[in-house]
Amino acid sequence: MGAISAQRQDDYVLTSYREHGQALAKGMSPDAIMAELYGKATGCSRGKGGSMHLFDVELGFLGGHAIVGGQIPLATGVAFAAKYKETDQVTLCFFGEAAVNQGAFHESLNMAQLWKLPCIYICENNMYGMGTSLQRAMSFQNVALKSCAYEVASEAVDGMDVLAMRAAVQRAVKRAREESLPTLLEARTYRYMGHSMSDPGNYRTRAEIEKYQERDPIKIFTNKLKEANIISENELAEIEAQVKEDVERSAKFADESPLPDAQELFTDVYAEPLNSNQ
Amino acid sequence: MRDALNQALKEELARDSSVFLMGEEVAEYQGAYKVTRGLLEEFGPKRVIDTPITELGFAGLGVGAAMIGLRPIVEFMTFNFSILATDQIINSAAKMRYMSGGQFKMPLVFRGPNGSAYQVSSQHSQALESWYAYFPGLKVVMPATPADAKGLLKSAIRDDDPVIFLEQERMYGMKGEVPEDENFTIPLGVADVKREGTDATIIARSLMVPTALQAAEQLEKEGVSTEVIDLRTIRPLDLQTIIESVKKTNRAVVAEESHPFASVGAEISAAINEHAFDYLDAPVKRVSGADVPMPYAKNLEQLAIPDVSAIVAAVKEVSYL
Repeated sequence: MGAISAQRQDDYVLTSYREHGQALAKGMSPDAIMAELYGKATGCSRGKGGSMHLFDVELGFLGGHAIVGGQIPLATGVAFAAKYKETDQVTLCFFGEAAVNQGAFHESLNMAQLWKLPCIYICENNMYGMGTSLQRAMSFQNVALKSCAYEVASEAVDGMDVLAMRAAVQRAVKRAREESLPTLLEARTYRYMGHSMSDPGNYRTRAEIEKYQERDPIKIFTNKLKEANIISENELAEIEAQVKEDVERSAKFADESPLPDAQELFTDVYAEPLNSNQ
Repeated sequence: MRDALNQALKEELARDSSVFLMGEEVAEYQGAYKVTRGLLEEFGPKRVIDTPITELGFAGLGVGAAMIGLRPIVEFMTFNFSILATDQIINSAAKMRYMSGGQFKMPLVFRGPNGSAYQVSSQHSQALESWYAYFPGLKVVMPATPADAKGLLKSAIRDDDPVIFLEQERMYGMKGEVPEDENFTIPLGVADVKREGTDATIIARSLMVPTALQAAEQLEKEGVSTEVIDLRTIRPLDLQTIIESVKKTNRAVVAEESHPFASVGAEISAAINEHAFDYLDAPVKRVSGADVPMPYAKNLEQLAIPDVSAIVAAVKEVSYL
């Protein structure tokens, strides 16, 4: 939210399969997202992408990609195209720290600096790639410093602090928009829940999770708002209630939406259906 | 052949400013096989771009650029190196339209030489068409004459789907008439009967087309009239032309440079059995590359690639001669 709030509406976002919050932040409708999770015809990808492939081209939300690191060259290409077309649009690319071990990350940073592309690479370092901790998977664990190999500007940011994220991304957006240069940001954060619905989470302790929950981004941000007298307890409770209502409404919408028509199985494979003699 | 491809690239770059070309050595070096000669000079470094040796990276960059409306032509110095980029070709390019519910066009061409060259051994001599043809969402094109190469490449560049355009290093020096007309294109998905015949059909593609034509020539002298179909496009496959021919000749040989196992030839053989079984006077015969990694030694390499005599023998076999 902090990151996406720092870009312009016509800028682009590409991200991984853990993209639901970013899709909402980019302005996508909760109904269309929920319906996509349900595999319904009213979903943002018409029920063909599912949880890992949310898309809304109109809003510049270019997916939801489910091969670890696969979105990094794609985002680099979107930034390339924006520069080619001489627009001043900026591309945000989100990925987890496990993607940093993929060649796609290194190949992309190299090209982005070589060709001066307006792409902002945001590594959400939650310290676990599925069930494997960073310590067991990465020989040198400072993600931000890996940018040195490509002379890409970089910054490590408190990923639990919405305002810190916003400020860091604002700096990166300025660099991208005004100088057409990439940035690597390492957002140090945490994942409370399992990697997926089938993850029992035996690889970390309750105490570790609780330690991070004390620094919950929503908690930190709302405390700041309260301290500054921007928002009252009552208003917060109202927002909370409104969100619950929205979620319930979206779930109902998704539940009541129709499944895709059986004919949809064969649409959208090619721009025009292949000739019938196939 | 290389000049025909060069003309197609030049004309399409001139026609549409959203077309750009990228790949290893395509610009300053003028192309590893000189297919891109002169393009940097004519169109400048913005549109003709030398890449680092980073196949996964620049293939993915091409897909990303196509997502917001550019029409990239991505050259692989050879398709052997595309293996490094298959994640982006298969997981991104082939599926982007479908998994977004139709939100994207993917006007992207991956091109370069496929199949054998001359004594470059196993890692540089692979025919990968069956890999790419396997995936819905991709189109696969394999020209066998200079004119077809030009017309098909222009269609591929204008197409709104990702096209795998497979050239052949041994054929870059091939000579042939090529229309100068800038509007000359050949539609994807239409096979070409390169030689008409009545006794047997050879279904070929790429390097096997000139080989099959030589075989047909030889067979003619021995009294066998052979039809030669050049598929030109593997996906979409022009099944109708194949089936009509087999119904006429009642005998079919599929010639391919690739390995036999799970090959395009296997698919065609299955399709003939499904659609024209009752017309067959003999089982469909396949002539494929040897089922081994390509050897280096000249004699072994020759043994691994189907030649005229192998195709002649196959036609005779299905003709019970």
